[in-house]
Amino acid sequence: MKILVAVKRVVDAYVKIRVKSDGSGVDLANAKMAVNPFCEIAIEEAIRLKEKGVADEVIAVSIGEKSCQEQIRTALALGADRGIHVDAAADVQPLAVARVLQKLIEKEGIDLVLLGKQSIDSDNNQVGQMLGALTGMPQGTFACKLEVADGKAMVTREIDGGEQTVSLTLPAVVTTDLRLNEPRYASLPNIMKAKKKTIDTVTPDELGVDVSSGLKVVSVEAPPARSAGIKVESIDELISKLKTEAKVI
Amino acid sequence: MSILVIAEHDNAALKPATLHTITAASEIGGDITVLVAGTGCDAVAQAAAAVNGVSKVLVADNAAYEHQMPENLAELIAEVGKDSSHILAPATTSGKNLMPRVAALLGVAQISDITAVKGADTFVRPIYAGNALATVQSSDSVKVITVRATAFDEAAKEGGSGTVEAIDIVKSQDIATFVSEELTQSERPELTGAKIVISGGRGMQNGENFAMLEKVADKLGAAIGASRAAVDAGFVPNDMQVGQTGKIVAPELYIAVGISGAIQHLAGMKDSKVIVAINKDEEAPIFQVADYGLVADLFQAVPELADKL
Ligand SMILES: Cc1cc2nc3c(=O)[nH]c(=O)nc-3n(C[C@H](O)[C@H](O)[C@H](O)COP(=O)(O)OP(=O)(O)OC[C@H]3O[C@@H](n4cnc5c(N)ncnc54)[C@H](O)[C@@H]3O)c2cc1C
Repeated sequence: MKILVAVKRVVDAYVKIRVKSDGSGVDLANAKMAVNPFCEIAIEEAIRLKEKGVADEVIAVSIGEKSCQEQIRTALALGADRGIHVDAAADVQPLAVARVLQKLIEKEGIDLVLLGKQSIDSDNNQVGQMLGALTGMPQGTFACKLEVADGKAMVTREIDGGEQTVSLTLPAVVTTDLRLNEPRYASLPNIMKAKKKTIDTVTPDELGVDVSSGLKVVSVEAPPARSAGIKVESIDELISKLKTEAKVI
Repeated sequence: MSILVIAEHDNAALKPATLHTITAASEIGGDITVLVAGTGCDAVAQAAAAVNGVSKVLVADNAAYEHQMPENLAELIAEVGKDSSHILAPATTSGKNLMPRVAALLGVAQISDITAVKGADTFVRPIYAGNALATVQSSDSVKVITVRATAFDEAAKEGGSGTVEAIDIVKSQDIATFVSEELTQSERPELTGAKIVISGGRGMQNGENFAMLEKVADKLGAAIGASRAAVDAGFVPNDMQVGQTGKIVAPELYIAVGISGAIQHLAGMKDSKVIVAINKDEEAPIFQVADYGLVADLFQAVPELADKL
């Protein structure tokens, strides 16, 4: 069984980002970049399936500028077998990402696609579901538990009211939630080994995908700032403020 | 313009998130049709038809739609909505599961989690865990959108006189099947709709200690939430998580207990009207957004709060 994992290069989750004063976007110059945390969970799950003998090969793909090869290397150091870099602008939109992945799936003959449920920069939460539509594959989104056996994926999903379990016939798309697993750290020997693994590069053009989007960003602004209020000294003072000043209880 | 709103429901009742979505549809302006897909969902259709602003309700009643499986539902929505100007659903786990699949079937972008309508083609949505707000403009023929409920008021449940029409379109496949569902039972108000929310974090130390928050919640009629750390540690179930990747809440009063205030947590609650923080660390970032901060050991402060309310 072959697994495709997509990894996105994003700003580190703990960096406080700044909106550019001209409203053109977010200032990421010199910001620490990392693998999107949800993609890390997807890589981990793929590697566990390989370690269990369920999967034979794990392919890690990233779409973006050359710098995203760093994140592919991270996936390789964690245990992915080889990488594919789709050389494109940094901000390819979800539908185009899904179209690129669709082409790679056709080319490589993939049985299971593992993706993060969302990326922590654009917060879209779309690619997995879109890929399902384009390929006709079933989808198991927001997964907190995954079992793969006998050509099926049993996916437990985190939903608003609790949890839901669905059974999907492979090939299928699964998107990861935070509690699916705890990703490992790459060991030094594995980081060295990863340097020898191959990363192929293709362009969306070569795959026959038009990456243009019907959606354009007009401006990006900072949200209204919330200022710190006051410190109260006691529960009595707190209750009195909530009653007489804030009038919320 | 003709707007199709996808009703969220459990076959018995219409979920409030749909009412917020209908308000967003009214702000866009145009004829509002609600699609109710499910099984035995007639009461839902009647409720939707009565909502102020709704002109028509389409009901697709079939076993294939019982569990809202996206493989079936997305095909249905794409077919019913292909000539609409907009297709809207709430940005709940159900809407998020469905709408990108609908958009891709129609070959258009999807616009996630909008918080404001600036025009029929222009919307505002938070990015980077709400640390930036992007204004986006769509040139697609159909705009497929999920709506953040806390950013729009509920439409009035009465006042509408929409017609109800059954549609006979069945999209059924066997590549995905529903197995089971475990829903958390609670007598408390629903987290995303509650007027008051009290949340506990890692500082709570274990699940049993959440009983202290329950005592406060009982007195205030509040819902109970949690940080990711509290959920990951197994103190409470996942559906209580507030934040970037959990639920978005904006109550009148949010009380954060033993929560440090990481950006991912703030993303889910910083639009609350009044924020109270109880934390023993006076440097905790939560105090930077709190209207009222109490530096105290929660194991003393919370029982005292419950007593004195
Ligand atoms: C991709 C990603 C997504 C995430 N999504 C979310 C999300 O949706 N929601 C979310 O909440 N987090 C999310 N997080 C996690 C987030 O970064 C923080 O790790 C988390 O919010 C911390 O939870 P906490 O404040 O309970 O724990 P901590 O940061 O450990 O804070 C515990 C606090 O309790 C206080 N405390 C301890 N004991 C006491 C006591 N006796 N009395 C009073 N105070 C006490 C401490 O002073 C401290 O401030 C996400 C992280 C990532 C990377």
